[in-house]
Amino acid sequence: MTNDSKNIRFDLAIIASWIEPGSRVLGLGCGDGELLHYLKKHRRTRETGIEIVESRVAACIEKGLSVIQGDINEEIGDYADNTFDYVILSQTLQQVYSPRELILNMLRIGRRSIVSFPNFGHWPVRMQLLLRGRAPITPQLPYQWYDTPNIRVLSIRDFREFAARVGFRIIREAAINTDRRQDKTGNYVAFLPNLRATYGIFLIGR
Amino acid sequence: MSEYITHDRTGKSVGIVEKKYYTFAHPPDEMPLDSGNRLGPITLAYETFGKLNADRSNALLVLHALTGDSHVAGYYTETDERPGWWDNMVGPGKGIDTDRYFVICSNVLGGCMGSTGPSSIDPEIGSPYGLRFPVVTLGDMVRAQKKLLDHLGIQRLLCVIGGSMGGMQVLQWCIQYPDMVKSAIALAATMRHSALAIAFNETARQAIIADPNWNKGNYYGGKKPDVGLAVARMIGHITYLSDEAMRQKFGRRLQDKTDFSFSFDADFQVESYLHYQGAKFVERFDANSFLYITKAADYFDLTRQNGVGPAVNDLSATRARFLIVSFTSDWLYPTYQSREMVTTMKKNGLDVSFCEVDAQWGHDAFLLPSDRLSGLIAGFIESATHDQ
Repeated sequence: MTNDSKNIRFDLAIIASWIEPGSRVLGLGCGDGELLHYLKKHRRTRETGIEIVESRVAACIEKGLSVIQGDINEEIGDYADNTFDYVILSQTLQQVYSPRELILNMLRIGRRSIVSFPNFGHWPVRMQLLLRGRAPITPQLPYQWYDTPNIRVLSIRDFREFAARVGFRIIREAAINTDRRQDKTGNYVAFLPNLRATYGIFLIGR
Repeated sequence: MSEYITHDRTGKSVGIVEKKYYTFAHPPDEMPLDSGNRLGPITLAYETFGKLNADRSNALLVLHALTGDSHVAGYYTETDERPGWWDNMVGPGKGIDTDRYFVICSNVLGGCMGSTGPSSIDPEIGSPYGLRFPVVTLGDMVRAQKKLLDHLGIQRLLCVIGGSMGGMQVLQWCIQYPDMVKSAIALAATMRHSALAIAFNETARQAIIADPNWNKGNYYGGKKPDVGLAVARMIGHITYLSDEAMRQKFGRRLQDKTDFSFSFDADFQVESYLHYQGAKFVERFDANSFLYITKAADYFDLTRQNGVGPAVNDLSATRARFLIVSFTSDWLYPTYQSREMVTTMKKNGLDVSFCEVDAQWGHDAFLLPSDRLSGLIAGFIESATHDQ
């Protein structure tokens, strides 16, 4: 990773490091375009983003990114098979209504896909439920149960089992631990990742 | 559209501009039209803003809407009260920055603001064309604009940009001259008129045709069909606003009175507003031009597979990057029509961006000052300058 990678979130820097230069990339739920902008600048990718919030779409377009305002579940259906080299779903899986359908669509339109999500198996999550008997609230999942956009939660182990059940390949995976405040820095977790990592990142293919 | 024009908030302006004219297609080399007819000579009125750079890579073509003209920004004289129709967007440091880009806009073929149209003199008979003027299409308008660009020595456009019917011309440019367009912005536009849009246009046309002064289009030199044209404009204005915009702007408020007149005077503010817009419009617009241009807009269909309209697959020939913008309260060309456009472009493998801007002012929102819209346009054009 280059020095510039310090400027973006640690998990995004890892995703960026997995992407071959010059690739065609689709970012689902791309937010204000931090990752796509980094990829365009440092990996010379041809990017497209899909984002539902007008102000974030505008922020992306003002940066010069190609972004479509819309619902990822609907927009993804328009693309032909193998349109992209990589389809990225960064920290959005926990908000998706039909994850199986979405991931199958990602695998259809992209040669490879990258999925990342907050790990619900992380030990503070387990401790809160075990010791306090309350729905967990963590820096990675900071919402009360009644106002959370996260309609489902999963652990790194859950995702591996999901891959086996749905029938797609896990090509590469990273379990990471990030700092509590901005997630700018972090480290890889090799030992007991499902217990000790805040995020799981998976490179998957058909 | 001109009722929105006010002095720009920033106080910045391109300053004094001059309307120029270019005449081409002199017989026997008339320009062929989509209808199979030929037309010539043709004059286009146009204006330019900013400076063309040495490698001619900063040219930007603005395409006006139904009743617009070449006067995009600035003033004709020091004493002009009002600037051009998009002065809030086009000027130094604005969304379309005339310090950086060379901006061109011409009045459409069939218009009445200096370009050849039904009110122009037919050289064969020495009097105005009237209904002898051939029916023109958006394809014909674009073909004429291409001749103007040839004349100006511009082979590639950094960006073509327009709203409403101007946005439809943007799409037409991209399929008709795909090699010339580097990027394209269509605001509040559609790939084809809905039945609703055609219905409003036809009602407006019938208002003109039913005016006894219209006289089958032969009214030049006599009484003009002002009543019909004013009603046509009133219908147009209803479609340019929105339910919400009308509620906020007028509600059921009365105009200069406290109670109903119990007559057919204009009691309500909305009535008075429409009357005023109608009366103002007849001073500057030709009724026959209104018929021809609305018909051209109705005929436009990007998805038509045969006939004069090009096939939607022709879009795949273009290499332009697209920015499509719709407005939440636009009920003339609602967001679903922009989404159809975006879907079509995605399926053709085109590089397209889309944003639905939250705006309460209906179809006309694209003409109003908006930091959101200016930011989108500035960012998109800037990124196009970096593309190969």
